[in-house]
Amino acid sequence: MDILNALVAFLNFVFIPGLAYGSQLALGALALTLVYAVLRFSNFAHGDTMAFGTMWVILITWLLQSVGITGGVLPTGLIALPFGIAITAAFVLATDRVVYRFYRTQKAAPIILVIVSTGIMFVMNGLTRVIIGPAEQNFADGARMILAPNDFKEWSGLAEGLALKQTTLITVIVAAICVAALFWFLQRTRTGKSMRAYSDNEDLALLSGINPERMVAITWIIATALAVIAGTLYGLDKSYRPFIYFQLLLPMAAAAVVGGLGSPLGAIAGGFIIAFSEVFVTYAWKKVVTYLVSADMAPEGLLQLLSTDYKFAVSFTILILVLLVMPTGIFKGK
Amino acid sequence: MKKLLLATASVALMAGAAYAEDVKIGVVLGYTGPLESITPTMAGSAEMALAEVNASGKFALGNLVPVRADSTCGDAAAGTAAAERVVTAEGIKAMVGADCSGVTGAILQNVARPNGIGMISPSATSPALSSAEDDGLFFRTAPSDARQGEVMADILTGKGIMNVAVTYTNNDYGKGLADSFAAAFAAKGGTITLNAPHEDGKADYAAEVGALASAGGDLLVVAGYVDQGGKGMIQGSLDAGAFSKFYLVDGMYGDSLIEAIGAPLDGTIGALPGIDNEGSAKFKELAAAAGMDGTSAFAPESYDAAALIAMAMAAAGSTESKDWTTKVMDLANAPGEVILPGELAKALELIAAGTDIDYVGATGVELVGPGESAGSYREYEVKGGAFETVQYR
Repeated sequence: MDILNALVAFLNFVFIPGLAYGSQLALGALALTLVYAVLRFSNFAHGDTMAFGTMWVILITWLLQSVGITGGVLPTGLIALPFGIAITAAFVLATDRVVYRFYRTQKAAPIILVIVSTGIMFVMNGLTRVIIGPAEQNFADGARMILAPNDFKEWSGLAEGLALKQTTLITVIVAAICVAALFWFLQRTRTGKSMRAYSDNEDLALLSGINPERMVAITWIIATALAVIAGTLYGLDKSYRPFIYFQLLLPMAAAAVVGGLGSPLGAIAGGFIIAFSEVFVTYAWKKVVTYLVSADMAPEGLLQLLSTDYKFAVSFTILILVLLVMPTGIFKGK
Repeated sequence: MKKLLLATASVALMAGAAYAEDVKIGVVLGYTGPLESITPTMAGSAEMALAEVNASGKFALGNLVPVRADSTCGDAAAGTAAAERVVTAEGIKAMVGADCSGVTGAILQNVARPNGIGMISPSATSPALSSAEDDGLFFRTAPSDARQGEVMADILTGKGIMNVAVTYTNNDYGKGLADSFAAAFAAKGGTITLNAPHEDGKADYAAEVGALASAGGDLLVVAGYVDQGGKGMIQGSLDAGAFSKFYLVDGMYGDSLIEAIGAPLDGTIGALPGIDNEGSAKFKELAAAAGMDGTSAFAPESYDAAALIAMAMAAAGSTESKDWTTKVMDLANAPGEVILPGELAKALELIAAGTDIDYVGATGVELVGPGESAGSYREYEVKGGAFETVQYR
């Protein structure tokens, strides 16, 4: 019995990675669900919006570094983030003006908009590859570790090390701030309330004098900001590769659906549910269990439910189960 | 003026081509993909050998022209298409390549055999290629990983490390190497706590690292690629404090790894095909003169592959694959006059005179079994941010 070591191993290999990944998914899913709630379609270009925005953050990071501006102990990417958001939001608004608005005024069916967003996805996909290329980029600088595993071992005298990357902590803090700010915006400000009204009933909102084009533009800006923040955090914490961001669309969509499409609270819950179930199912529990049980009961096998290769299968399985059992998701979305 | 120069240059080129027929040699390597950082030196080394043959003026069959094609290393379909293009459209007579085992097998079966094109791979090391049907068209100047597995087991057990975890890139190369290491290590009494694959091209390897950490072990054997998942696994292990010592296979050797990981990599051990003889020293000089790093992984093997093709063509008196491939084994192995890098002119003279030669080249070429290098390895340790050679095995 060694509860402390078991706890540390659990924190280090399950809880902290799950928390960071969950925060990143939650932000992404929030943006997805927001677009769904207000614009009424699933935005397939979402993953590539993340890739496109993060690309600008990386390029501006390099520019800042080349003129000698850095974030000190913090990643320079955080300084570049607002610029990246601005450029990407401008691009997305231009897309809306040129493409989406045409279909909106025609009151096109949601499925048509989904297909249109797939087209936008390919355009952004291609632009990203032309500008920065398909290769991996690491742009995290500043202090890497807040808590190095070996330092922790020396300090605590435990056999297990606990690691805390700076980027992990930043991810969780920034995600918390973003979520708080978004909820304050939606619940307390006039624009936020108009946005919810527009989402609930478009015609009624129009009658009460809400300008639809303004609502749409604000939605795009907020969704883009969330997507770029999520992408930058993911890139800082892990690494940037356009194809990976495209693939992130799947767990993010799963998170949004699990929580209930259109429900911001559901998107956050869904993000963490997806992230933690991926980690729980693919983690080999041998180490933790060995610490908890007596020596003669120590397990022979790895106690791993699924190989780590099946990570994506986990989010898909949850997605299908939710759609079968409770299609509206946990928080009663649409 | 520019136009005039251009016209003169093109006339000069055409005049050059007029008196010597071009013999095109495909250099089919992964210019993009998981080995892209070492590929330019590999291709440069192969082309250096061809240029040396051309410069000697003793190659009677024409002017050797390298034609590059991108095998991509990872994508067998794209690699096959690229090889097919240089065979059908460019009309290459021989191929240096391909590089990674999976694409090499695919190109051998889908392009080389149907078209009857001989190929010498400098870096495909999967044991499965030893028994592949090849119609006598396939050779490699790199040793099979069955041999690397034994060397790995020797190095680790020699250091008293008997309990390791293994992660391999999930393809022909990684799986073949992990299996041959597992067999050799078990035979020496070692224990592998977990032999788990990782996928290349992922952003995050925390889950894979977690499983390996749970299984435990004194050291992590990383059988992957330097610019891909292998690097990610090492970074992930260090971040989580799961492993602090690593063993690197040949695909993991590259300066980009030290740049990416930095100081924590110190103490890492590994081995890659390499030999310390007169030939390798000469090759390093030649490479340095051409502005390349002669110690880069598989660069000497690439030089040897191209040199063997040129000499085999000269010995056969023909550029047709069915003719020159029959000469490769004779030229590569004893008996005969020893030929080192930079002595290709002398080799061509001897061949013309009918004297038997033994091409030793940059890697001590000795082809065994189905035409693959017997293999000697350079064991290294990372010390102070640089690869330091420990010994040759």
